[in-house]
Amino acid sequence: MPDFVVNLFDNFWVALGGKLALVALMIPMIGMAIGFAEMKLSAKMQHRMGPYFAGGRWGWAQLIADGVKFFQKEDLIPEEADRPVFKIAPIFVLMGTVALFVVIPFGPGLIFRDLSVGVFYALAISSISTIGILMAGWSSANKYSLMGGLRAAGQLIAYELPLVLAVVGSIILAGTMSMSGIVEAQIDAGYPYVIFQVVGFAVFMIASLAELSRIPFDMPIAESELVMGYLTEYTGFRFLFFFLAEFANMFTLSAIAVTLFLGGYWLPGIPADTLEFAGPVILLGKVFILVFAMIWFRWTFPRFREDQLQTLAWKWLIPIALANIMITATLKVFL
Amino acid sequence: MVMDQDVARHLSDASVSVELETADMTLNIGPQHPSTHGVLRLVARVDGERAYDLKPVIGYMHRGYEKLSEVRTYPQITTLVNRIDWVSGYANEIPFVVAAEKLMELEVPERAQYIRLILTEMARISSHLVFMASYPLELGAATPLFFALRERERVLDLIESVTGGRFHPNFNRIGGVKPAYGSGSSTRKMVQDLPAGFFSETRKAMDEVLNAVDELESLVAGNEIILIRTKGIGVLPPEVAASYGVSGPNLRASGVGFDLRRVERYLPYEDFDFEIPVGENGDCWDRWWVRLREIRQSASIVQQAIDGIPAGPLQAKVPKVIKVPAGETYVRAENPKGEMGYYLVSDGASGPYRLKIRSASFSNISILPWILEGVLVPDIIAIMGSLDFVLGDVDR
Amino acid sequence: MTKGLWVTLSTMFKTIFLPKKHLLTVNYPKEKETPVPRARGVIALDQEACTVCMLCARQCPDWCIYIEGHKEEQAPAEPGGRIKVRAELDRFDIDYALCMYCGICVEVCPFDALFWSPEYEFSEEHMGDMLHDKDRLQGWLATVPDAPALEQ
Repeated sequence: MPDFVVNLFDNFWVALGGKLALVALMIPMIGMAIGFAEMKLSAKMQHRMGPYFAGGRWGWAQLIADGVKFFQKEDLIPEEADRPVFKIAPIFVLMGTVALFVVIPFGPGLIFRDLSVGVFYALAISSISTIGILMAGWSSANKYSLMGGLRAAGQLIAYELPLVLAVVGSIILAGTMSMSGIVEAQIDAGYPYVIFQVVGFAVFMIASLAELSRIPFDMPIAESELVMGYLTEYTGFRFLFFFLAEFANMFTLSAIAVTLFLGGYWLPGIPADTLEFAGPVILLGKVFILVFAMIWFRWTFPRFREDQLQTLAWKWLIPIALANIMITATLKVFL
Repeated sequence: MVMDQDVARHLSDASVSVELETADMTLNIGPQHPSTHGVLRLVARVDGERAYDLKPVIGYMHRGYEKLSEVRTYPQITTLVNRIDWVSGYANEIPFVVAAEKLMELEVPERAQYIRLILTEMARISSHLVFMASYPLELGAATPLFFALRERERVLDLIESVTGGRFHPNFNRIGGVKPAYGSGSSTRKMVQDLPAGFFSETRKAMDEVLNAVDELESLVAGNEIILIRTKGIGVLPPEVAASYGVSGPNLRASGVGFDLRRVERYLPYEDFDFEIPVGENGDCWDRWWVRLREIRQSASIVQQAIDGIPAGPLQAKVPKVIKVPAGETYVRAENPKGEMGYYLVSDGASGPYRLKIRSASFSNISILPWILEGVLVPDIIAIMGSLDFVLGDVDR
Repeated sequence: MTKGLWVTLSTMFKTIFLPKKHLLTVNYPKEKETPVPRARGVIALDQEACTVCMLCARQCPDWCIYIEGHKEEQAPAEPGGRIKVRAELDRFDIDYALCMYCGICVEVCPFDALFWSPEYEFSEEHMGDMLHDKDRLQGWLATVPDAPALEQ
């Protein structure tokens, strides 16, 4: 790289601006790509074609067209709604996703900010989306949104615990909480942690499906009952925020799962110096597999009822995750 | 009739204030809703997630069929009546023409009766496939929708190849089925008998329907989530069902083996060998399971009917302008949704004096206040879906 | 539960790799499905056969057929013979925005002047254009299929 560019980026503020611009660019791109993949894959599962008209034979421009459509819609705010809360709610939800993006290691050294408490930060920040959803549900003066918001509050809080407890096993094995540190520990060990942490991986995937409010856990949205739940009163631009946030969140939670359990940007057998370029590709490949599994589950299963959902979380997932931690810790000390 | 205290309660609850009392709230599962099968409105008092004191409000789709029938002639009413329960179009016409034929004391030719039976059973398959498609969708699974509707297309194409219409066949005439286009005698008059290739197409389609039913069974019945959401939910004891007038698959799912195809003689069902599926517990699962087995039985009836269809005329001799002699009669038939009956009062004119329509879904939803008492909100949707009613049938 | 997962996954692969059999949606408007010959699409009129008897207009449940005609006298075949009176059709409109597509008019015509045609693409931007006059109805006659063969 030419000298003056490197010197330019040494300046803290320029680097910060560059990173922010990159994040702002990547989130909509990833959101649209995953949204398009969902439309096409779900269509193929149902004997359909998926988008084919927008942008020629493959319909790749469909989500761009959707984005433009949402932009130009009228911005309706219900009269009885609590205006400031209503307007801020989508921002909170998107903020949680964007903030998560910062600690995902795309390659050795290719991380926006390598925090030494990366995992802790990631799990804490992802809870901000919960507040955003609650705000959305309460501020839209609509009883359906209220019910959706309350269901979301119960569900998301209940599934925070299995999410957090499931990753503790990986942290114990790696010995560090920094995200790139965990990937390097897996490289040193020579195997991805999922081999020993199958239970933790399964619990994490189920809990992340619940955090995303995807079927089988989409009670807060529950399209056929509550007409979009807490999202009912949102139109146009604000709905676009929620929409993008859901798909981008799919990416970030899958990326965290890949980093903590599946070895991140590393594949056994790839020499270390090519990892700088091959790393992001490998990470995207693994994330795509997990996202495909999420799409597959969504279109096959119906949804759980709220109390069955809570039973699953409190009576099954949390004890299993706790047992996982105990066994991992015991084995690590004695082996 | 909404009483004054209800009006007061609705008005006071119409706006959601910022400081919400934690007592119960009145939730209006309104006419515009994705899962109420039309424009049904349920006014419920909801406490947390439990609903109490539900009142269904109907009438949003009233089209005035009974009043319309007073100013129409008999052939015109046949075209209107298949729009009552639009999902199973053909089956609505049958009891009406049978009632008129009973008053005229007409003998319908054998071939016409067999054709009527084949089309009625196809209408039953079509209606149950719509149920198979929409019920898992209400529970959240989106994929059985496409599988079931794909099969329904085959059945609808068959109905269209015979009658010309998919949902509103308008194929029955007083005295038989429609014999021809045009009453003239030119060479372009087209006889409306079964088209060439109908038998082989139907056999193929029925085989594919049976395959799809097996696939749906493995997709839905093996799924634990659907089982825990439907087993034990919305249990309807047989005495309560009988006392409220519930009929059709809902009644049979509660254990009462009552089927009008065996009791009444409006079509030659006694020539065929079929079972009546009966459920055990009367919960949502049983209602689904009974309808699935009924599709299989209907497919087998169609195949038997095709093998044994006699030749003959398509319509009995009737005058050009049909006047039914004075009298009254009530004919009931097994519609896919339940028992449908027509009470025909005639005074010798070319149209009925009064036609009262007893529709299946109207009585089926009369148990909603009983069955939905104290039930969680998601279960309300599951139970309403399992009763399989159509608002056109309720409101006529 | 795994059976359901297998069904969706196998459907996905079948639809991607064997689309001829498994892809069920049709790329309208580039590809179209042809309706069966008996499908009730639009009604065609044969003006030559019509004798302005008004039976179709009377029997229509929606009263969507508008007919006007007048009587014309024709010169007798030989001088001194009877003057023949023929009915001429002035106006025969069917309002397809009201029409129920039930077919009573076609069935009731004693002179076989009305026919069904399976054409269905005649949607308009203005509802007034849905009133087809007699020349347009005559034009539909070309799309009427021949009588199909019957099953034995």
